[in-house]
Amino acid sequence: MLTHPSQITAWKARILEERPAPKKTAVVSNGTCGRASGSLGIIAALNRELDRRGLRETVGLEVTGCHGFCEIEPNIVILPEGICYGRLKPEDIPAIIETTILKNKVIDRLVYADPKTGRRYALQKDIPFYRKQMRLLTEDNLRIDPDRIEDYILADGYQALAKALFDMTAEEVIREVDAAGLRGRGGAGFPTGKKWQFCRKEIADRRYIICNADEGNPGTYMDRSILVANPHSVIEGMIIGAYAIGAAEGYIYVRMEAPQAVRQVTIARDQARKCGLLGRSILGSEFHFDIQIVEGAGAFVCGEETSLMASIEGRRAVSRQRPPFPAQSGLWGQPTNINNVETWANVPLIVKRGAEWYSQIGTPKSKGTKIFSLVGKIRHGGQVEVPMGIKLREIIYDIGGGIKDGKKFKAVQTGGPAGGFLPAEFLDLAIDYDNLVQAGSTMGSGGMIVVDETTCMVDLARHYMHFTQEESCGKCVPCRVGTRQMHEILVRITRGEGEEEDLARLQELGESIMVASLCGLGQTAPNPVLSTLRHFREEYFDHIRHRKCAAGVCRELLSLSGQDSPRTGRKTNKGQHD
Amino acid sequence: MTGLEMDDLLRGLGRELKDLTGILHKIQAECGHISPQAIRRVAEHLNITENELYGVLTFYKAFRLRPRGKHLVTVCQGTSCHVRGGAGVFDEMKKELGVEPGGTTPDRMFSLETVNCLGCCAIGPTVVIDGTYHSRVSAEEVDSLVAECRKRK
Repeated sequence: MLTHPSQITAWKARILEERPAPKKTAVVSNGTCGRASGSLGIIAALNRELDRRGLRETVGLEVTGCHGFCEIEPNIVILPEGICYGRLKPEDIPAIIETTILKNKVIDRLVYADPKTGRRYALQKDIPFYRKQMRLLTEDNLRIDPDRIEDYILADGYQALAKALFDMTAEEVIREVDAAGLRGRGGAGFPTGKKWQFCRKEIADRRYIICNADEGNPGTYMDRSILVANPHSVIEGMIIGAYAIGAAEGYIYVRMEAPQAVRQVTIARDQARKCGLLGRSILGSEFHFDIQIVEGAGAFVCGEETSLMASIEGRRAVSRQRPPFPAQSGLWGQPTNINNVETWANVPLIVKRGAEWYSQIGTPKSKGTKIFSLVGKIRHGGQVEVPMGIKLREIIYDIGGGIKDGKKFKAVQTGGPAGGFLPAEFLDLAIDYDNLVQAGSTMGSGGMIVVDETTCMVDLARHYMHFTQEESCGKCVPCRVGTRQMHEILVRITRGEGEEEDLARLQELGESIMVASLCGLGQTAPNPVLSTLRHFREEYFDHIRHRKCAAGVCRELLSLSGQDSPRTGRKTNKGQHD
Repeated sequence: MTGLEMDDLLRGLGRELKDLTGILHKIQAECGHISPQAIRRVAEHLNITENELYGVLTFYKAFRLRPRGKHLVTVCQGTSCHVRGGAGVFDEMKKELGVEPGGTTPDRMFSLETVNCLGCCAIGPTVVIDGTYHSRVSAEEVDSLVAECRKRK
């Protein structure tokens, strides 16, 4: 139990003393991708082999969250050198212990080889996937076993909290976060310091803070990875935020489809309580704060803040009109501040290293780093943390290694079901909040789905509309009925039953849904469709006029090929859109 | 679950509306689904009407009103899985099991469900069978995945 801020550094010294660093440590990446690829088998093999050889005392074994490079899971990193072995099988383990751990030699066949150049990279930091990244939030992932708060303390954890509570006033904390230029990582990019200020200045008996961990955008998984790999960074950020805002109670709303995140954040919360970092008189101060964890129940709309609050209250998670904003009237009618997981995780960093340092990273209006899930038809899929302002091309080609299987880049989708597609002409776009919006997409929470010529854009637009119409909460008509209509039109087109007027219908419906819907879900739902209409109109024409799907995805059209006459009796007005 | 067991389970749990989803998660974890009897007891426990409870319960995808089969097969429908061939895997799984999503095979061996993203997007398409994640699944592999499961009984 910590009752004084100085005890954190003393605790760190004690851990270092009690736990001398072993000469060699094998670090196993055990996030969701790792497990799905067989990391548990690797851990079992390592345990078996270390026991068999009597190496328990001399060789360390660390099981951590995701290392980011999902493509080469299951992977291990051998410290201190940082040798990285990927796509392992349990049979590889005896050789690794024998050769690398005992004899200090690299096993060539297990190190990562660049498929383009054939060059092999033994050290993790040299691999092109990692070289261009700026890993600030994910830096400590290699050193933290999320089951142990001690590992976070060793990584200077909770020292930012001590600094905030004892060396800064609440206003100073807010000023620091504001000066750093941190913007909300959930998608809208609202300045975090301003949001905190709004909530703080409301007069109320109680204020709440919420961590939105209902990461629902398909193809996006950085938030749950932060919670799995470094849950204390989020909890520390929340405690600092609660102090700044004056909240005594916080909620973490986690998506149930991320069971590992639920588990790790619960363990971390319980440990923080036990150590006096949550609860009454935190670190001996006069500040009290505690966190409840709420597991979602599979509704995408809960990522929208007013729905999320309804869900915490135990009601149907339908959204409501704003204003009043949550800062004025949120959870149970009290002022409430909601931030996304990644936003909270940035807070300790800012407090610890200062706004001046932080604000040097990024672009004039978007500061810091951003984690993206780089997935789809990309050669090196995984989670990448990059400074704001990096070019799309650098992410896709330098870090991601370009397109899989020698195919050609067609577009990248950013922002999930709320975002849009960026075709090749945007590859030199510098990524930040404002540039992405200007280009007709959005940052969203950081999904980047790369597609190539084998992806049908009409089918993908249909896929997104299917998703949003299913996830619409049903409260307002434009979203409930409109998204369904759009989906039906798109289904028709992918079946070869479309007509040219459908494109104008999609456009009109989309634009009306965007202006008339109640919440962010409806207001952004037509984006993927409108964006494909803008950039890939000819694909729609192919489907409608020629009953052809060039990507070979729309199966109903494949069986139609060779037939000249359209299957339906509808009259098509050729040339109207030429 | 008998009425007595249900009372035991509810005894330690909160009685405010905000406790509702947590309670439903617990019951489903124990029984596999939320039975009409469970709805009645939980409504009493929280002092709300069954209608109110039913409204919340059916809003969320997570809660099942019917018992599920012995094995639970979940196919990821996320965008990354979709562009990597997930739709083919999903169609094949529907054919293999002979049920639509949300359905259970007549022999009560398999229930088929979909999910919008499981967060292992870089290694999709992903299928989860009884909690075990299978990555990079191809449509051709579907029958052997199911056969393996049948063998396990």
